[in-house]
Amino acid sequence: MSVIEFRNVSRWYGNVVAVNDITMDIGPGVTGLLGPNGAGKSTILHMIAGFLEPSKGTLALDGTATWRNPEVYRRLGLVPERDSVYAFLTGAQFVSATAKLHKLPDPEQSAAWAIGLTEMAEAQDRKISTYSKGMRQRIKVAAALVHDPEILLLDEPFNGMDPRQRLSGTIQVMVAGRLAASGDFRAIRRLMTSRPHVFRVKTTDDRRLAAALVGRDYTHAVELTSKGLQVRTSDFGAFCEQIAVIARDENIRLTELLPTDESLESVFGYLIAN
Amino acid sequence: MFNPVVAGITVRATLGRRRALLFAIPAVVLIALTVVLRASNPAGVSWPANVLGTFGFSVLLPLTALIIGTGVLGAEIDDGSVVHLLATPVRRRDVIITKFAVAAGLTTLFAAVPELIAGLLAPNSGKLAVALFAGAVVGAVVYSAVFVLASVMTTRAIAFGLLYVAIWEGALSNLVGGVRILSIAHYALGVANAIYPDHDLQAGLSLSTSLILGAVVTVGGLYLATRRLETFSLAGDPA
Repeated sequence: MSVIEFRNVSRWYGNVVAVNDITMDIGPGVTGLLGPNGAGKSTILHMIAGFLEPSKGTLALDGTATWRNPEVYRRLGLVPERDSVYAFLTGAQFVSATAKLHKLPDPEQSAAWAIGLTEMAEAQDRKISTYSKGMRQRIKVAAALVHDPEILLLDEPFNGMDPRQRLSGTIQVMVAGRLAASGDFRAIRRLMTSRPHVFRVKTTDDRRLAAALVGRDYTHAVELTSKGLQVRTSDFGAFCEQIAVIARDENIRLTELLPTDESLESVFGYLIAN
Repeated sequence: MFNPVVAGITVRATLGRRRALLFAIPAVVLIALTVVLRASNPAGVSWPANVLGTFGFSVLLPLTALIIGTGVLGAEIDDGSVVHLLATPVRRRDVIITKFAVAAGLTTLFAAVPELIAGLLAPNSGKLAVALFAGAVVGAVVYSAVFVLASVMTTRAIAFGLLYVAIWEGALSNLVGGVRILSIAHYALGVANAIYPDHDLQAGLSLSTSLILGAVVTVGGLYLATRRLETFSLAGDPA
């Protein structure tokens, strides 16, 4: 089982510190790096991938430094962020060429396996230049998986994807180059769900519903806006269960109920503030 | 060492780009010039060595080598697709050697072969054509190593290469005697002159000097390019 070990790793660009004295172990399983823009996620990932040298400290995969060591790619797979691929190749040609670069015993079979895994079999004989962005992402994942790596690094895997579908296991939260939170994803998700939630509610009588909501202990704040009611609640579950009951009791019709801050940014904001 | 998978992708990428049309321009110019000169001045026998040797080796050959040599790896570095190649256990040395071999091969095809054709078209040539071809092959090899190196050192490899060709190879090496020792065109001329001695080739270096210096530049260039590629970095968050 592979472990990526960070020991007092820092990385700076001129006067700017991108990663500040990180010590952690990343073990088997899916690990996500979360953090706002500029937190140092890409820097961390590029250092693991051997495409950036730590300015200080050591970063090793099972005891071997990844910098200047392409041999780590026998156990490592990287899905780069940039969209550029050899667009003149077909998907199948691209993945099997990658298999050959890994000197796999049966490159065609490995390519077929990886393409099947990413559900790209139907499009595999088309040139990559004809692929959509999502298909390019998938063929890049197929190429990164073709040698069945123990560790797969995905740079910006959330582009156009729901992070909650993608994440499980451990996550590391980075803020301004430092490790802000680290641990089991479920624990962090509990933190995330117990934070105040904001909903926008449109009804036939906003003012009356506002009055009724103010009396409940899970209501943090209510604001009348031109777009309807803005409600902050400290208990996501209770609010969702009771809003319909309150509306029925008060004889108000709900026309719209929207969570307004489900974005990853607001989750970060909450985690950072704590 | 040489990696056929990398070579195959490189050849397809290089010839598939619109830039590929540019490769042919110096060759067409050289052959057209030869045809025009042959028609207008059939009696003069001194021009083939001048035009095909000095002009061909210090202007047309390096231009072709520049376009090809900076493209085989530089284009992938520019658009980021090189990461797919570098995220494999392929040794960086093998990447450089393969890219260099493809560049030297394509430059031979698009510059040395046209030298041979132009040489055969020129009057009273024959052996001169063979000498020019051999010199051009040596030039293609050494120029390719230099331009592959330039493409991993700087993102402005073409600008650097144009200045180098125009100032160093095109002007200084033909005007200042001492510069010849560091002129790839003169290594090529030295080889051609050894096969077909002709005063009009204006070769300033002996065969052995040309070959030794050419080998030193080639091996040194490839070594430095490998070292540079080993420390290839992706930009992280500018933060």
